[in-house]
Amino acid sequence: MIRPFKAIFKAIGSESVSFLRGLGKMGIFLFDTIVYFFAPPYKHNLIVRQIWFLGNKSLTVIIMTGAFAGMVLSLQLFYTLRKFGAVSLLGPGVALSLIRELGPVFTAIMVTGRGGSALTAEIGIMRISEQIDAIHVMALNPFNYVVLPNFIAAVICLPLLTAIFDVVGIYGGYLVGVKLLGVSSGVYFAQMRQIVGMENINLGIYKSLAFAVIVTWVCCYKGYSVGSDSTGFGARAVSKATTDAVVSSSVLILVGDYIIGSFFI
Amino acid sequence: MKKFDMEVMVGIFLVIGLVCLAYLSVKVGSFQFVGESGYTLTAEFDKTGGLKTGAPVEIAGVEIGRVKEVTLDNKNYRAKVLLIVRPPVKIQEDAIASIKTKGLLGEKYVQISPGASANMLAGGGKIRDTESAVDIEELISKYAFGEVK
Repeated sequence: MIRPFKAIFKAIGSESVSFLRGLGKMGIFLFDTIVYFFAPPYKHNLIVRQIWFLGNKSLTVIIMTGAFAGMVLSLQLFYTLRKFGAVSLLGPGVALSLIRELGPVFTAIMVTGRGGSALTAEIGIMRISEQIDAIHVMALNPFNYVVLPNFIAAVICLPLLTAIFDVVGIYGGYLVGVKLLGVSSGVYFAQMRQIVGMENINLGIYKSLAFAVIVTWVCCYKGYSVGSDSTGFGARAVSKATTDAVVSSSVLILVGDYIIGSFFI
Repeated sequence: MKKFDMEVMVGIFLVIGLVCLAYLSVKVGSFQFVGESGYTLTAEFDKTGGLKTGAPVEIAGVEIGRVKEVTLDNKNYRAKVLLIVRPPVKIQEDAIASIKTKGLLGEKYVQISPGASANMLAGGGKIRDTESAVDIEELISKYAFGEVK
Protein backbone atom coordinates (compact mmCIF):
# COMPACT_ATOMS: atom_id res chain seq x y z
CA MET A 1 0.00 0.00 0.00
CA ILE A 2 2.66 2.47 1.09
CA ARG A 3 5.35 1.14 -1.23
CA PRO A 4 4.43 2.83 -4.57
CA PHE A 5 4.09 6.20 -2.83
CA LYS A 6 7.43 5.71 -1.22
CA ALA A 7 8.98 5.14 -4.63
CA ILE A 8 7.41 8.34 -5.96
CA PHE A 9 8.59 10.42 -3.03
CA LYS A 10 12.01 8.89 -3.28
CA ALA A 11 12.21 9.82 -6.95
CA ILE A 12 11.12 13.40 -6.25
CA GLY A 13 13.50 13.67 -3.32
CA SER A 14 16.53 12.34 -5.14
CA GLU A 15 15.82 14.55 -8.15
CA SER A 16 15.60 17.68 -6.03
CA VAL A 17 18.65 16.81 -4.01
CA SER A 18 20.73 16.21 -7.12
CA PHE A 19 19.37 19.43 -8.65
CA LEU A 20 20.38 21.39 -5.57
CA ARG A 21 23.72 19.67 -5.50
CA GLY A 22 24.25 20.69 -9.14
CA LEU A 23 23.38 24.31 -8.30
CA GLY A 24 25.78 24.24 -5.39
CA LYS A 25 28.55 22.84 -7.56
CA MET A 26 27.94 25.55 -10.13
CA GLY A 27 28.08 28.19 -7.43
CA ILE A 28 31.34 26.79 -6.07
CA PHE A 29 32.70 26.69 -9.61
CA LEU A 30 31.94 30.38 -10.13
CA PHE A 31 33.36 31.22 -6.73
CA ASP A 32 36.58 29.34 -7.54
CA THR A 33 36.85 31.11 -10.86
CA ILE A 34 36.53 34.49 -9.18
CA VAL A 35 39.10 33.53 -6.55
CA TYR A 36 41.60 32.38 -9.17
CA PHE A 37 40.90 35.51 -11.17
CA PHE A 38 42.68 37.48 -8.46
CA ALA A 39 45.52 34.99 -8.25
CA PRO A 40 48.09 35.41 -10.99
CA PRO A 41 49.86 34.08 -13.05
CA TYR A 42 47.60 34.74 -16.02
CA LYS A 43 48.24 32.77 -19.16
CA HIS A 44 48.50 35.67 -21.57
CA ASN A 45 48.93 33.66 -24.73
CA LEU A 46 45.93 31.51 -23.82
CA ILE A 47 43.85 34.63 -23.22
CA VAL A 48 44.88 36.00 -26.62
CA ARG A 49 44.00 32.68 -28.22
CA GLN A 50 40.58 32.64 -26.59
CA ILE A 51 39.89 36.24 -27.61
CA TRP A 52 40.71 35.17 -31.12
CA PHE A 53 38.45 32.16 -30.78
CA LEU A 54 35.50 33.89 -29.09
CA GLY A 55 35.93 37.33 -30.66
CA ASN A 56 37.48 37.25 -34.10
CA LYS A 57 35.77 34.08 -35.19
CA SER A 58 32.37 35.31 -34.02
CA LEU A 59 32.74 38.50 -36.00
CA THR A 60 31.15 37.18 -39.19
CA VAL A 61 28.10 35.78 -37.48
CA ILE A 62 27.73 38.89 -35.32
CA ILE A 63 27.90 41.22 -38.32
CA MET A 64 25.42 39.11 -40.27
CA THR A 65 22.90 38.79 -37.44
CA GLY A 66 23.40 42.43 -36.47
CA ALA A 67 22.72 43.69 -39.96
CA PHE A 68 19.62 41.59 -40.39
CA ALA A 69 18.31 42.28 -36.89
CA GLY A 70 18.57 46.00 -37.60
CA MET A 71 16.96 45.62 -41.00
CA VAL A 72 14.02 43.59 -39.70
CA LEU A 73 13.56 45.96 -36.80
CA SER A 74 13.53 48.94 -39.12
CA LEU A 75 11.02 47.27 -41.41
CA GLN A 76 8.64 46.31 -38.62
CA LEU A 77 8.93 49.57 -36.72
CA PHE A 78 8.33 51.50 -39.93
CA TYR A 79 5.18 49.49 -40.51
CA THR A 80 3.92 50.25 -37.00
CA LEU A 81 5.08 53.85 -36.70
CA ARG A 82 3.59 54.82 -40.03
CA LYS A 83 0.14 54.12 -38.61
CA PHE A 84 0.72 56.85 -36.03
CA GLY A 85 2.54 59.17 -38.38
CA ALA A 86 5.58 58.91 -36.14
CA VAL A 87 8.13 57.70 -38.68
CA SER A 88 10.57 60.25 -37.26
CA LEU A 89 10.98 57.92 -34.30
CA LEU A 90 12.26 55.09 -36.50
CA GLY A 91 15.95 55.78 -35.85
CA PRO A 92 15.65 56.16 -32.08
CA GLY A 93 13.37 53.11 -31.94
CA VAL A 94 15.83 50.93 -33.82
CA ALA A 95 18.80 52.23 -31.82
CA LEU A 96 17.05 51.88 -28.48
CA SER A 97 15.85 48.33 -29.03
CA LEU A 98 19.25 47.26 -30.35
CA ILE A 99 21.25 48.90 -27.61
CA ARG A 100 19.03 47.96 -24.69
CA GLU A 101 17.87 44.48 -25.59
CA LEU A 102 18.67 42.86 -28.88
CA GLY A 103 22.36 43.67 -29.05
CA PRO A 104 23.44 42.10 -25.76
CA VAL A 105 21.03 39.16 -25.97
CA PHE A 106 21.65 38.23 -29.60
CA THR A 107 25.38 38.59 -29.22
CA ALA A 108 25.43 36.41 -26.14
CA ILE A 109 23.27 33.74 -27.76
CA MET A 110 25.39 33.76 -30.91
CA VAL A 111 28.58 33.46 -28.87
CA THR A 112 27.01 30.62 -26.92
CA GLY A 113 26.12 28.80 -30.10
CA ARG A 114 29.41 29.40 -31.81
CA GLY A 115 31.95 29.54 -29.01
CA GLY A 116 30.27 28.24 -25.88
CA SER A 117 29.38 24.86 -27.32
CA ALA A 118 32.94 24.45 -28.56
CA LEU A 119 34.27 25.36 -25.12
CA THR A 120 32.10 22.73 -23.46
CA ALA A 121 33.12 20.08 -25.97
CA GLU A 122 36.80 20.97 -25.69
CA ILE A 123 36.87 20.99 -21.90
CA GLY A 124 34.66 17.89 -21.78
CA ILE A 125 37.04 15.95 -23.99
CA MET A 126 39.95 17.18 -21.90
CA ARG A 127 38.11 15.78 -18.93
CA ILE A 128 37.25 12.36 -20.39
CA SER A 129 40.71 11.91 -21.87
CA GLU A 130 42.06 12.73 -18.39
CA GLN A 131 44.07 15.75 -19.48
CA ILE A 132 42.61 17.82 -16.65
CA ASP A 133 43.62 15.11 -14.18
CA ALA A 134 47.08 15.19 -15.72
CA ILE A 135 47.34 18.91 -15.06
CA HIS A 136 46.26 18.22 -11.48
CA VAL A 137 48.88 15.51 -11.09
CA MET A 138 51.55 17.94 -12.20
CA ALA A 139 50.50 20.07 -9.23
CA LEU A 140 49.25 22.80 -11.54
CA ASN A 141 45.90 24.49 -11.33
CA PRO A 142 43.65 23.41 -14.24
CA PHE A 143 41.51 26.51 -13.71
CA ASN A 144 44.33 28.71 -14.90
CA TYR A 145 44.58 26.76 -18.15
CA VAL A 146 41.06 25.75 -19.10
CA VAL A 147 38.63 28.09 -17.36
CA LEU A 148 40.15 31.45 -16.56
CA PRO A 149 41.41 32.34 -20.07
CA ASN A 150 37.89 31.74 -21.41
CA PHE A 151 36.42 33.84 -18.68
CA ILE A 152 38.70 36.81 -19.21
CA ALA A 153 38.43 36.54 -22.98
CA ALA A 154 34.63 36.49 -22.86
CA VAL A 155 34.47 39.46 -20.50
CA ILE A 156 36.67 41.39 -22.92
CA CYS A 157 34.99 40.18 -26.11
CA LEU A 158 31.28 40.32 -25.42
CA PRO A 159 30.92 44.07 -24.81
CA LEU A 160 32.98 44.75 -27.92
CA LEU A 161 30.97 42.29 -30.02
CA THR A 162 27.80 43.86 -28.65
CA ALA A 163 29.00 47.31 -29.68
CA ILE A 164 29.81 46.01 -33.17
CA PHE A 165 26.38 44.37 -33.32
CA ASP A 166 24.69 47.62 -32.31
CA VAL A 167 26.56 49.78 -34.82
CA VAL A 168 26.03 47.31 -37.66
CA GLY A 169 22.37 46.97 -36.68
CA ILE A 170 21.81 50.73 -36.62
CA TYR A 171 23.31 51.02 -40.10
CA GLY A 172 21.33 47.99 -41.27
CA GLY A 173 18.21 49.77 -40.07
CA TYR A 174 19.42 52.90 -41.82
CA LEU A 175 19.79 50.96 -45.06
CA VAL A 176 16.22 49.71 -44.97
CA GLY A 177 14.59 52.78 -43.43
CA VAL A 178 16.34 55.45 -45.46
CA LYS A 179 17.38 53.81 -48.71
CA LEU A 180 14.45 51.46 -49.13
CA LEU A 181 11.47 52.96 -47.33
CA GLY A 182 12.27 56.62 -47.89
CA VAL A 183 12.67 58.04 -44.39
CA SER A 184 14.98 61.02 -44.67
CA SER A 185 18.45 60.37 -43.40
CA GLY A 186 18.56 63.38 -41.09
CA VAL A 187 15.35 62.26 -39.44
CA TYR A 188 16.78 58.79 -38.83
CA PHE A 189 19.71 60.08 -36.81
CA ALA A 190 18.35 63.37 -35.51
CA GLN A 191 16.59 62.33 -32.33
CA MET A 192 18.79 59.32 -31.62
CA ARG A 193 21.19 61.33 -29.49
CA GLN A 194 18.51 62.89 -27.36
CA ILE A 195 16.39 59.81 -26.91
CA VAL A 196 19.03 57.13 -26.46
CA GLY A 197 21.41 58.75 -23.99
CA MET A 198 24.39 57.33 -22.22
CA GLU A 199 22.46 55.40 -19.58
CA ASN A 200 21.03 53.02 -22.16
CA ILE A 201 24.45 52.34 -23.61
CA ASN A 202 25.75 51.64 -20.13
CA LEU A 203 22.85 49.27 -19.55
CA GLY A 204 23.77 47.39 -22.73
CA ILE A 205 27.35 47.09 -21.57
CA TYR A 206 26.35 45.86 -18.10
CA LYS A 207 24.13 43.28 -19.72
CA SER A 208 26.81 42.03 -22.04
CA LEU A 209 29.28 41.76 -19.16
CA ALA A 210 26.75 39.76 -17.15
CA PHE A 211 26.06 37.53 -20.16
CA ALA A 212 29.78 36.97 -20.67
CA VAL A 213 29.97 35.64 -17.13
CA ILE A 214 26.85 33.50 -17.61
CA VAL A 215 27.99 31.98 -20.90
CA THR A 216 31.50 31.07 -19.81
CA TRP A 217 30.33 29.98 -16.40
CA VAL A 218 27.70 27.57 -17.71
CA CYS A 219 29.74 26.30 -20.65
CA CYS A 220 32.97 25.79 -18.72
CA TYR A 221 31.15 24.20 -15.81
CA LYS A 222 29.30 21.74 -18.04
CA GLY A 223 32.50 20.74 -19.77
CA TYR A 224 34.52 20.61 -16.57
CA SER A 225 32.01 18.40 -14.81
CA VAL A 226 31.59 15.82 -17.60
CA GLY A 227 31.57 12.37 -16.06
CA SER A 228 30.55 13.54 -12.63
CA ASP A 229 26.96 12.37 -13.11
CA SER A 230 25.30 9.18 -14.26
CA THR A 231 25.96 9.61 -18.01
CA GLY A 232 29.42 8.16 -17.56
CA PHE A 233 32.73 8.98 -19.04
CA GLY A 234 32.28 8.62 -22.79
CA ALA A 235 31.49 10.50 -25.97
CA ARG A 236 27.82 10.55 -25.07
CA ALA A 237 28.54 12.41 -21.85
CA VAL A 238 30.34 15.12 -23.83
CA SER A 239 27.51 15.46 -26.32
CA LYS A 240 24.96 15.68 -23.50
CA ALA A 241 27.07 18.28 -21.71
CA THR A 242 27.36 20.35 -24.89
CA THR A 243 23.62 20.31 -25.49
CA ASP A 244 22.95 21.12 -21.85
CA ALA A 245 25.41 23.97 -21.91
CA VAL A 246 23.83 25.64 -24.94
CA VAL A 247 20.29 25.16 -23.69
CA SER A 248 20.89 26.33 -20.14
CA SER A 249 23.05 29.28 -21.04
CA SER A 250 20.50 30.49 -23.61
CA VAL A 251 17.75 30.22 -21.02
CA LEU A 252 19.88 31.88 -18.34
CA ILE A 253 20.75 34.71 -20.73
CA LEU A 254 17.09 35.51 -21.23
CA VAL A 255 16.30 35.16 -17.52
CA GLY A 256 19.26 37.38 -16.68
CA ASP A 257 18.14 39.86 -19.32
CA TYR A 258 14.78 40.18 -17.63
CA ILE A 259 16.29 40.51 -14.18
CA ILE A 260 18.84 43.15 -15.18
CA GLY A 261 16.23 44.94 -17.29
CA SER A 262 13.83 45.15 -14.38
CA PHE A 263 16.46 46.92 -12.27
CA PHE A 264 16.97 49.61 -14.89
CA ILE A 265 13.46 50.38 -16.01
CA MET B 1 54.62 33.34 -37.68
CA LYS B 2 51.24 31.76 -37.02
CA LYS B 3 51.10 33.07 -33.46
CA PHE B 4 52.14 36.54 -34.61
CA ASP B 5 49.34 36.52 -37.13
CA MET B 6 46.81 35.67 -34.48
CA GLU B 7 47.92 38.46 -32.20
CA VAL B 8 47.57 40.96 -35.02
CA MET B 9 44.08 39.70 -35.76
CA VAL B 10 43.13 39.92 -32.09
CA GLY B 11 44.49 43.45 -31.99
CA ILE B 12 42.45 44.41 -35.03
CA PHE B 13 39.34 42.89 -33.47
CA LEU B 14 39.85 44.76 -30.21
CA VAL B 15 40.40 48.04 -32.04
CA ILE B 16 37.27 47.56 -34.16
CA GLY B 17 35.28 46.77 -31.04
CA LEU B 18 36.57 49.78 -29.17
CA VAL B 19 35.92 52.05 -32.14
CA CYS B 20 32.32 50.81 -32.28
CA LEU B 21 31.94 51.37 -28.55
CA ALA B 22 33.34 54.88 -28.85
CA TYR B 23 31.10 55.59 -31.83
CA LEU B 24 28.03 54.46 -29.88
CA SER B 25 28.99 56.50 -26.82
CA VAL B 26 29.82 59.69 -28.65
CA LYS B 27 27.41 59.68 -31.57
CA VAL B 28 24.40 57.95 -30.11
CA GLY B 29 24.88 58.33 -26.36
CA SER B 30 26.11 61.94 -26.46
CA PHE B 31 28.97 61.03 -24.14
CA GLN B 32 31.49 63.84 -23.77
CA PHE B 33 35.14 63.23 -23.05
CA VAL B 34 36.03 66.84 -22.30
CA GLY B 35 32.71 68.51 -21.66
CA GLU B 36 30.96 70.75 -24.13
CA SER B 37 33.05 73.68 -25.26
CA GLY B 38 31.53 77.11 -25.35
CA TYR B 39 30.52 79.96 -23.10
CA THR B 40 27.76 79.76 -20.53
CA LEU B 41 24.67 81.90 -20.25
CA THR B 42 21.97 81.78 -17.65
CA ALA B 43 18.26 82.30 -18.01
CA GLU B 44 15.52 82.20 -15.39
CA PHE B 45 12.16 80.69 -16.10
CA ASP B 46 8.94 80.52 -14.12
CA LYS B 47 8.29 77.01 -15.35
CA THR B 48 10.59 74.63 -17.19
CA GLY B 49 7.98 72.00 -17.96
CA GLY B 50 10.52 69.22 -17.48
CA LEU B 51 13.51 70.64 -19.32
CA LYS B 52 16.39 68.18 -18.95
CA THR B 53 20.14 68.55 -18.80
CA GLY B 54 21.55 67.98 -22.28
CA ALA B 55 18.50 69.35 -24.09
CA PRO B 56 19.41 71.32 -27.21
CA VAL B 57 19.52 75.10 -27.46
CA GLU B 58 18.39 76.29 -30.86
CA ILE B 59 18.13 79.41 -32.95
CA ALA B 60 15.82 79.10 -35.94
CA GLY B 61 15.81 75.35 -35.45
CA VAL B 62 19.58 75.00 -35.66
CA GLU B 63 21.33 73.57 -32.63
CA ILE B 64 23.81 76.04 -31.14
CA GLY B 65 24.36 74.56 -27.69
CA ARG B 66 23.03 72.50 -24.85
CA VAL B 67 21.43 72.87 -21.46
CA LYS B 68 24.10 72.28 -18.85
CA GLU B 69 22.14 72.47 -15.65
CA VAL B 70 18.67 73.18 -14.35
CA THR B 71 18.52 74.34 -10.73
CA LEU B 72 16.09 76.14 -8.50
CA ASP B 73 16.92 79.65 -7.43
CA ASN B 74 16.17 79.55 -3.70
CA LYS B 75 15.45 83.24 -3.37
CA ASN B 76 12.70 83.79 -5.89
CA TYR B 77 11.69 80.18 -6.60
CA ARG B 78 12.38 80.40 -10.30
CA ALA B 79 14.21 77.81 -12.35
CA LYS B 80 17.73 78.82 -13.22
CA VAL B 81 18.90 77.23 -16.45
CA LEU B 82 22.56 77.17 -17.42
CA LEU B 83 23.11 77.12 -21.18
CA ILE B 84 26.33 76.34 -23.02
CA VAL B 85 26.52 78.11 -26.37
CA ARG B 86 29.20 77.39 -28.96
CA PRO B 87 31.56 80.33 -29.45
CA PRO B 88 30.89 81.42 -33.05
CA VAL B 89 27.29 82.14 -32.13
CA LYS B 90 26.76 85.49 -30.44
CA ILE B 91 23.55 86.32 -28.64
CA GLN B 92 22.21 89.84 -28.16
CA GLU B 93 21.37 90.98 -24.67
CA ASP B 94 17.74 91.51 -25.61
CA ALA B 95 17.32 88.03 -27.07
CA ILE B 96 14.40 85.98 -25.77
CA ALA B 97 14.86 82.45 -24.44
CA SER B 98 11.77 80.29 -24.53
CA ILE B 99 11.15 76.67 -23.67
CA LYS B 100 9.39 74.85 -26.46
CA THR B 101 8.30 71.33 -27.17
CA LYS B 102 9.30 69.36 -30.24
CA GLY B 103 6.07 68.27 -31.82
CA LEU B 104 3.09 67.68 -29.59
CA LEU B 105 4.68 65.03 -27.40
CA GLY B 106 8.36 65.57 -28.07
CA GLU B 107 10.97 66.59 -25.58
CA LYS B 108 11.62 70.12 -24.37
CA TYR B 109 14.29 72.39 -25.80
CA VAL B 110 15.33 76.01 -25.42
CA GLN B 111 14.70 78.28 -28.34
CA ILE B 112 16.42 81.62 -28.54
CA SER B 113 14.89 84.39 -30.60
CA PRO B 114 17.65 86.85 -31.51
CA GLY B 115 17.23 90.47 -30.41
CA ALA B 116 18.14 93.68 -32.15
CA SER B 117 20.57 95.18 -29.65
CA ALA B 118 24.15 95.87 -30.63
CA ASN B 119 25.39 94.61 -27.25
CA MET B 120 26.29 90.95 -27.25
CA LEU B 121 26.17 88.77 -24.15
CA ALA B 122 29.54 87.65 -22.86
CA GLY B 123 30.24 84.39 -21.04
CA GLY B 124 28.33 84.20 -17.76
CA GLY B 125 25.77 86.71 -19.02
CA LYS B 126 22.09 86.46 -18.37
CA ILE B 127 19.26 86.37 -20.86
CA ARG B 128 16.66 88.60 -19.27
CA ASP B 129 13.62 87.96 -21.39
CA THR B 130 12.28 84.46 -21.03
CA GLU B 131 9.12 82.61 -21.87
CA SER B 132 8.13 79.60 -19.82
CA ALA B 133 7.04 76.28 -21.17
CA VAL B 134 3.45 76.15 -22.31
CA ASP B 135 1.44 73.99 -19.97
CA ILE B 136 -1.16 72.31 -22.13
CA GLU B 137 -3.13 71.13 -19.12
CA GLU B 138 -3.37 74.67 -17.82
CA LEU B 139 -4.56 75.91 -21.19
CA ILE B 140 -7.22 73.25 -21.31
CA SER B 141 -8.41 74.02 -17.78
CA LYS B 142 -8.57 77.72 -18.58
CA TYR B 143 -10.66 76.89 -21.58
CA ALA B 144 -12.85 74.51 -19.63
CA PHE B 145 -13.49 76.98 -16.82
CA GLY B 146 -14.18 79.80 -19.20
CA GLU B 147 -11.28 82.11 -18.46
CA VAL B 148 -10.48 82.36 -22.13
CA LYS B 149 -12.42 85.21 -23.65
